[in-house]
Amino acid sequence: MTAVREEPPVQEVAGRRIGDAVFSRAALVSSLLVIVFLAGVAVFLLIKGLPAFDAEPDQLNERSSLWSLVGALLFGTVLASIIAMLIVTPLSIGLGLVISHYAPRRIARPVGFLVDLLAAVPSVVFGLWGIIVLAPYLQPMHEWLVDNLGWLPFFDGPASTTGRTILTAGVVLALMALPIVTAIMREVFAQTPRAHEEAALALGATRWEMIRMTVLPYGRSGMVAALLLGLGRALGETMAVAMVLSATGVVVNWDVVSSQSSNTIAAYIALGYKEASPIKVSVLIFAGLALFLLTFVVNFLGRWIATRGVVKG
Amino acid sequence: MTSTPPAEPGGRATDTIDPFSTGPLPPDPTAPAGRLPRLAALLTGVVALAAGGLLGVILGWGVAPVVAVAWVVFVVAFPLWSLLVENRRKAVDRLVTTLVWTAFVLAMIPLVSLMVTVVAKGAPAISGNFLTADMSGRALLDGSGGIFHALVGTLLVTVIAAVIAVPVGVLTAVWLVEYGKGTRLAGVITFLVDVMTGIPSIVAGLFAFAFFQVVLAEPLPRLAVGGGVALSLLMLPTVIRAVEEMLKLVPEDLREASYALGVPKWRTIVKVVLPTAVAGIVTGVTLAVARVAGETAPLLLIVGTAYQTNWNPFDGGTATLPTFIFGSLSKTSHFKYGDAWSDAIWGAALVLIVIVMTLNVVARVIGSVFAPKTGK
Repeated sequence: MTAVREEPPVQEVAGRRIGDAVFSRAALVSSLLVIVFLAGVAVFLLIKGLPAFDAEPDQLNERSSLWSLVGALLFGTVLASIIAMLIVTPLSIGLGLVISHYAPRRIARPVGFLVDLLAAVPSVVFGLWGIIVLAPYLQPMHEWLVDNLGWLPFFDGPASTTGRTILTAGVVLALMALPIVTAIMREVFAQTPRAHEEAALALGATRWEMIRMTVLPYGRSGMVAALLLGLGRALGETMAVAMVLSATGVVVNWDVVSSQSSNTIAAYIALGYKEASPIKVSVLIFAGLALFLLTFVVNFLGRWIATRGVVKG
Repeated sequence: MTSTPPAEPGGRATDTIDPFSTGPLPPDPTAPAGRLPRLAALLTGVVALAAGGLLGVILGWGVAPVVAVAWVVFVVAFPLWSLLVENRRKAVDRLVTTLVWTAFVLAMIPLVSLMVTVVAKGAPAISGNFLTADMSGRALLDGSGGIFHALVGTLLVTVIAAVIAVPVGVLTAVWLVEYGKGTRLAGVITFLVDVMTGIPSIVAGLFAFAFFQVVLAEPLPRLAVGGGVALSLLMLPTVIRAVEEMLKLVPEDLREASYALGVPKWRTIVKVVLPTAVAGIVTGVTLAVARVAGETAPLLLIVGTAYQTNWNPFDGGTATLPTFIFGSLSKTSHFKYGDAWSDAIWGAALVLIVIVMTLNVVARVIGSVFAPKTGK
């Protein structure tokens, strides 16, 4: 099939039609609007964000420079997302396999539907549940971690008494990313050619050997892409972290169980906008730009791996 | 390797068997003869639970450690049994099966707990008054208020977002599929749509905030339209992607048949292509609406807060359901009125979930009932 470049042949046959001209222009203009929108985002964020370089330390939560502030926040953002992904990776693979291969069809369909619905639960509700149900529930686990694994820098303590730590925030993030990652995983697993699976079974493979030999290799790039897209979502997620974390300060802290947790960019913006002097708003916007850049890189990587996998497969 | 009968998974078949023999398989001397009884998993599970329970009773534990111990016992004992009776490969298979189902249960527990909590805590708060009153005046204090103002705000903001994003999104998708296919500009726009998909929601809010700060020359702009703009930014890539996928599914034959009848291209698109794909488009748009209706972060900075109903999207703060939940959270610790606020928050959360879920279910039903009748 050849791409139609300038004048579609229909127009040449039928002469210039005003309707065609108007419609194609309208479509083109709205496509260009997408570019305008994105350029607008970049321009307005830059206009409003660049004055942040003039900020004094007292507008930067006592950090020495803007870079140190953004760096500390990036650290917290990545830390929370790593915790989330450590949880999401095994769970989503397991959940995806159950829906695609293990559960009988009668159970798999409703479960798949349920997971799709859970992907739609608003983040503010996840945050609410995180504070009121999950944090008190996980608090004893914080103490246990400090008592028994305190020699690790992550569990140095003292344990938070509320459970509202970056560890809990990471768990909530994991739960939010889980349905989305699982939905993609399921698709990826289901796309394994039936013939491969049947060939493996016919050779006497057990179910796990069949999955290891056909499903996982076939879906490898899809799985990585799904995880990266989930990571992108976890990085940019605001409300759950803002609500669960009680930290308002900006510190770099490996400790994931103390109340002196690292903070994430998104939560910093969501909690900081109220005390909005113009220069402070600039600092927030600059932090937002940094977050945008980070999620862009992660998402781009995810899509790149996904498309590369398609070409290869 | 010669061909082996495909019957017995589990490695019993050996290549010494004549593939055409119809008699029963001779026993394989290398494979352990046994096979776990049908109820082996259940049996091991009961034993494991009993072991955990016994330990729990003796040491006075709660439910969680008992289940954890029982799980460990099961994970060790079940494959071990299989290893002793069957063979190593089957044992590994049973171990992995256990782990996979564990992941499934671990994942479902919190998600189900979330739904149950919201329904259990939110349902008592729902009443006619709760849905029709706002939080103005005394309602702030005595719990007689409702979330009407937030419902109105959510409606306004979402409709504004849809009004901006849907036409632009559909037309862009039409251009990408029908006009720009294969051109360089189409490549650029597809890439930019990918970039937009990754915009963190709070950054969309920052954009709307910065935009209206400059346009209105106000230090702290507060208006519902701003929220709509922020949400449309998040909605646009979702709409474009969904519509694009649907338009690609429309068979080329339909377009060519239409062209052959002399129908101009734009009428072909409007009368043939779009109607064929309409179910998918409606599904995609509804899912996009459902997604943004629950967004909080983009709205925080721009719509502000309000306790009374504000129908004017161009002026003044507006409450929306998500920002209402977030904003009211700090009030639940109030010694006297905390409970009333707490009820209101869970009620609002339930209403929000119901709205979003309903949109989702409706979208999927439309998608499956009115699926394209292309016979594919």
